[in-house]
Amino acid sequence: MSILDADLIDRHAYQDSVIHRLDPRAKLLATMFFIISVVSFPKYAVGELFPFFLFPMTMAIFGFVPAKLLFRQLALASPFIILVGLFNPFLDRTPVHLNSFTINAGWLSFMSILLRGALCVASAVILIATTSFPRLVDAMRFFKIPSAFAVQLMLLYRYLFVLLGEAQKINHAFLLRSGNSRPTIAIAGSALSSLLIRTINRGEAIWNAMQARGFEGDILTSQQMKWKAKDSLFLCAVLILSVLFRLFPLNQLLASLVRT
Amino acid sequence: MHMADALLSPAVGGTFYVLSGGSLALSAKKFRDQGDQSRVPLMGVLGAFVFAAQMINFSIPGTGSSGHLAGGMLLAMLLGPWAGFITLASVLVVQALFFADGGLLALGCNIWNMGFYGCIIGWLIYRAIAGKNPTRTRISISAMVGPLIALELGAFTVVLQTLASGISELPFDKFSGLMLGIHFPIAIVEGLVTMAVVNFVYQLKPELVKQSLGLSESGKEGTADYKPVLIVLLVLALLTGGALSWFASAYPDGLEWSVSKTYGKEELPGQETGIYGFLSKIQKKTAFLPDYGFKPSEPESQAEAGSSEESWPAISTGTSVSGIIGSILVLGLLVISGIVMFRLRGGKKK
Repeated sequence: MSILDADLIDRHAYQDSVIHRLDPRAKLLATMFFIISVVSFPKYAVGELFPFFLFPMTMAIFGFVPAKLLFRQLALASPFIILVGLFNPFLDRTPVHLNSFTINAGWLSFMSILLRGALCVASAVILIATTSFPRLVDAMRFFKIPSAFAVQLMLLYRYLFVLLGEAQKINHAFLLRSGNSRPTIAIAGSALSSLLIRTINRGEAIWNAMQARGFEGDILTSQQMKWKAKDSLFLCAVLILSVLFRLFPLNQLLASLVRT
Repeated sequence: MHMADALLSPAVGGTFYVLSGGSLALSAKKFRDQGDQSRVPLMGVLGAFVFAAQMINFSIPGTGSSGHLAGGMLLAMLLGPWAGFITLASVLVVQALFFADGGLLALGCNIWNMGFYGCIIGWLIYRAIAGKNPTRTRISISAMVGPLIALELGAFTVVLQTLASGISELPFDKFSGLMLGIHFPIAIVEGLVTMAVVNFVYQLKPELVKQSLGLSESGKEGTADYKPVLIVLLVLALLTGGALSWFASAYPDGLEWSVSKTYGKEELPGQETGIYGFLSKIQKKTAFLPDYGFKPSEPESQAEAGSSEESWPAISTGTSVSGIIGSILVLGLLVISGIVMFRLRGGKKK
């Protein structure tokens, strides 16, 4: 996991652009619908998935999401997908003839897995890089996630980077004393324990502070969500294009145009 | 361990959304009924602690590789099943968003695989071993056994989810052997670290480790009334799974669809109407490569008559190539629209 990138994504979410200004509910719905359309393709779909890159590409360009960041997140997400997918070419040996050469059908499903992975990861990263986490929680709250869970998400987010910083200090302290080696399980165990005790104490201190401020079981956010015409427009555009690309693969249409 | 969107079908993803969402609603209700608001900030910081703990990589003896704490069992032992589950679910949401672990559709699966087994099953193991009389030894044994069972259950469920989705070709026996094998040493290490940390906390704040058991004691009537809820949940999940997979298979989609559309037959009968019909009319007028001379494709009847598996070899040459050409054209269009959008956007942030 990359803390630096997570921090970068988080800071990016607070910038401003056309995409940032869209309602978080519209972006969340659009992203989920997009992902479902992508994964609903049969397993050998390769060319059919290409048109779907229009969505992350448009969002990334107008949301000013750096391409480097996207590619780094893709690289992070890939190992498990590649590991599982790479078996396909060796296990599914049904021959597919492409003009002069023949390949295993497994290669097609493997490519399809990679494309699906890229589309899903990119759209999720873009969602969080253009919508601040609290706004996203507001959207989830609108879709009726339990309020205890919403509070938990908000608190976790608030202390995430604080505690990551503390862990980084422990890492640095260990490196300074040990050279470049990794701690053993025993040493890591005691480092984690002392961090845990400090964390628990912090939790108690926060509880006192929250009580002093009259906490009654919910964290209220001040920002109101306002659904505007452009949100409806954005959501409709994504829904319609996803359905069209899903039902009428663009590469097929173009191919038939060429063929005649 | 994280399930990924790329390996999932919507039916499987949706089913586990229902299961995990239901468990989450149940946990939130249980947590509210317990009425202990003082745990709210503790849950928040412990969730963040799980992330921090993952930064501290330690060496695993004899392998040269490194590992880190996953934390499900630890949360269950410190917070109890419901608060633990809510906390771990929140960790997984943040992992899916900020760290590209899993994905948004796979979130339901991941909350189930790690949260449900790690916290709820993990806590049941903890209670079974240390419930009445939580001594140091019993606590240590639960910290060791809990992750072992929870992680292996999770790994096994990843196998089931992958197979049910039908994207991967891995056969059941090999894949489950692989996943269970890989996760065994991981689970041992997780158990050792959980044991070390829980023991340390037990020395300093024994009430914290015992409390999570005690909470359940007080809510013992509670154990009886969540069973029907779990059954309803299971039925709901089965219905969702059933309905979604029926929906998926009711469409002439499956394998034939992809084969014929991508690499196979020339034109489907339905293409005379609708958008295909419309476009084929345009195409006749605008085709820029009218006599694009590839070998005509095989007769369609073969592909149409065959079952999904048998339709595979009926892939024709000419259309395959133009299928690729179509894809290349799409890529070209994407590049062009990307350039246009860059121009439109301008260099500066507004």
